[in-house]
Amino acid sequence: MFDIKSEAKGLVSHGVSACAGCGLELIIRNVLEILGEDTLIVIPPGCSALFCGYGNETALKIGGFQGNLENTAAYAAGIKAGLEMQGNNHTTVLAFAGDGATLDIGIQSLSGMIERGDKVLYICYDNEAYMNTGIQGSSSTPQGASTTTTPGGKVTPRKDLMQIVIAHRIPYAATASPANLADLKRKVKKAKETDGPAVLHIHTPCPTGWAFHPSKTIKISKAAVDTGAWMLYEYDNGTLKVNYKPKSLKPVGEYFKLQGRFKNISQEEVSIIQENINSRFNELLLGS
Amino acid sequence: MLRMQMQQEKHMKKQKKYRVLGPMASVFESMKTGSWRLERPKVEFSQCSKCGTCERYCPANVITIHKEKEECVQFIWDYCKGCGICANVCPKDCISMVDERGEE
Amino acid sequence: MAGYMMLDGNEAAVQAMKMAKVKVISAYPITPQSSIAEKLSDLVSDGILKAKYLRVESEHSAMSAAIGAQLTGVRAATATSSVGLALMHEVLNVASGCRVPIVMPVVNRALVSPWSLWCDHQDSMAERDSGWLQLYCENVQEVFDFVTMGYRIAEHEDVLTPIMVCLDGFFLSHSMQKVLIPEQSEVDEFIGDYIIKNTYLDPTDPMIINNLTSPDEFTEMRYQQKVGFENAAKVMDEVFLEFEEKFGRAYRAVEGYRLGDAEAVIVSMGSMSGTVKHVVNMLRSEGKKVGALKIVSFRPFRNDLVNEMLKGIKRIAVIDRTAGLGSQGTPLWHEVCNSIDKASSDVIVKNYVGGLGGRDISIETIKKVFADIMDDHSQNRSPVWIDVKENAMDIRQVYINV
Repeated sequence: MFDIKSEAKGLVSHGVSACAGCGLELIIRNVLEILGEDTLIVIPPGCSALFCGYGNETALKIGGFQGNLENTAAYAAGIKAGLEMQGNNHTTVLAFAGDGATLDIGIQSLSGMIERGDKVLYICYDNEAYMNTGIQGSSSTPQGASTTTTPGGKVTPRKDLMQIVIAHRIPYAATASPANLADLKRKVKKAKETDGPAVLHIHTPCPTGWAFHPSKTIKISKAAVDTGAWMLYEYDNGTLKVNYKPKSLKPVGEYFKLQGRFKNISQEEVSIIQENINSRFNELLLGS
Repeated sequence: MLRMQMQQEKHMKKQKKYRVLGPMASVFESMKTGSWRLERPKVEFSQCSKCGTCERYCPANVITIHKEKEECVQFIWDYCKGCGICANVCPKDCISMVDERGEE
Repeated sequence: MAGYMMLDGNEAAVQAMKMAKVKVISAYPITPQSSIAEKLSDLVSDGILKAKYLRVESEHSAMSAAIGAQLTGVRAATATSSVGLALMHEVLNVASGCRVPIVMPVVNRALVSPWSLWCDHQDSMAERDSGWLQLYCENVQEVFDFVTMGYRIAEHEDVLTPIMVCLDGFFLSHSMQKVLIPEQSEVDEFIGDYIIKNTYLDPTDPMIINNLTSPDEFTEMRYQQKVGFENAAKVMDEVFLEFEEKFGRAYRAVEGYRLGDAEAVIVSMGSMSGTVKHVVNMLRSEGKKVGALKIVSFRPFRNDLVNEMLKGIKRIAVIDRTAGLGSQGTPLWHEVCNSIDKASSDVIVKNYVGGLGGRDISIETIKKVFADIMDDHSQNRSPVWIDVKENAMDIRQVYINV
């Protein structure tokens, strides 16, 4: 079907209008490298919709549908059901949505999809705010981060997607980060092979929204993992496993100071967040 | 209808236009995002260990490592946005960002 | 052999969806639609219907999943009512804009507030500009027949537009009537297997559907939909005739009843049309020259047929089961007014609001409408609330300390 106007190395075209240094762009390329052509993607409006293209042009070389903001999981479930009823049990149906489309407006349809056991690979790329509409805060915006709707810094902690999906007894769920692409790709493969719903929650540094130089995307994702601001772990058939266990986490302030969005965070808030990180990390270690 | 006709046409190997109603995209295209670039990566090839870290982390996927060539790191300049991630992740520190408009 | 069955409206809808061999069902229960969701899941669970049943968590997801499924190349089924239809609003427009020809029974029920479980047409009227075809049923046989014909109409390559088959909550959905159900082979012959005629989701032949469209093309895509509606009028007429030939029951997009020498006519939709015809017979036997016009297809609205059939009639009463708040009249009234030749200034087209939130449109109500329209000398053309109580403004009174 596709009329190839300019070739690309992978399934994603090279010149996509994602910002320079965009974490999402790196993630979607790595995800599709593992999933391959036998994939149908559902993308809601948002930064990832840039990959669906504009007009008759697309930046993706796979079939897909641009949905609405709150129903990515429902479209995907319907597509999977339609394929299955025609005897196609091999195609991966990938729902690829941001934090707003997942944790805010899309949490209901995601919950329904997981509870029903629909075999959909749901990826939440989490850039921790509504970036495409201009950096408005979401329920996944971390405490202390400034956005255009939390100008003084968000006062409440973020919603925990992993705990929510684990509460559904999902067959497979994992966090991932561009800080460790090998780990990310292994998890994509594992999720693809899961017989049932799988959720990947991927940390997605955003130079524009987090206020850092585009060259620092990887450095920042590594700092997030090293400080425990983003923890790498997976939940596989009831078993929790922490994938990155440093002897001690680095102080979270080291991650904050790399980004403009935490510029005005108070020391007191940093210590509260640090305590939360420590206790969550210990919980995970104990649970695994 | 469209699909049945197209599948028949496939075997006949000729091109014919079909009408599609509503929003859809079928042209795989790249924007020339190279025009965004303010700085461009410059590689000190003699220092490069060809480890592929820059290639792996390039969000635009425009870097290719040629182990056999002297100029072993190749960029697709049409699309490189000049973000500088390659320079930032290089373990050998052999990539620097230079002004796009300045003298190389 | 075709045979008679005692079915309520919901069962008739299920029977038609079953015989259309829907492959994916995504339904969410809501009174008075619930038995559709239940019966479809029974059929799947008993292995009678080879389909996947997605027990979705909302009507919004029901419609979304149906769109996704149908784009892969199967008939998808769902049904809803009232606030459920309202919740679908966003994605109804996706189905129509992406030209996904879903057939959906809508069991008409009032919108909230006030809370009501009962019939009126405000739910589907609120979706009259969502790009869906809309047929309204008078009885249970029509529910089966219109759903069956709905597949032929919606899926026609010149139409490719989803369709709502509207049946009045409780009045039809829960009313048992004798229905003639054809053989499966006859239905197969009539509607055939589902064939995708536009965009599709197939990994071996990929395309991206529904991405961002610029102002340079948006108008044209809406225009395509408009053409789809125009074609639907013609296709619907053809399908009605073909159905009549095959199954012996005659339907038309607009149906006249005893219009011949009629001086006053009531225009109506849905189950009340039966009552109107009954009253026409009663009044005719008293020598009054009255008739009825039933609108089967509200979308597309057949102004050509309405104009022709109402030619020469001076007193036209339009009853709507929706309030048309803030407007000069209700939606059906507007459509009828705009269908009539403006030249004949002596024609009175008067608007009646009634049957809201489950209030029965009784024989008495219809008689009142006929009496009012035949005896109308006023210049006041604002809608008449034909069955409103006199104490409307005072039905709740409380004591407060002053």
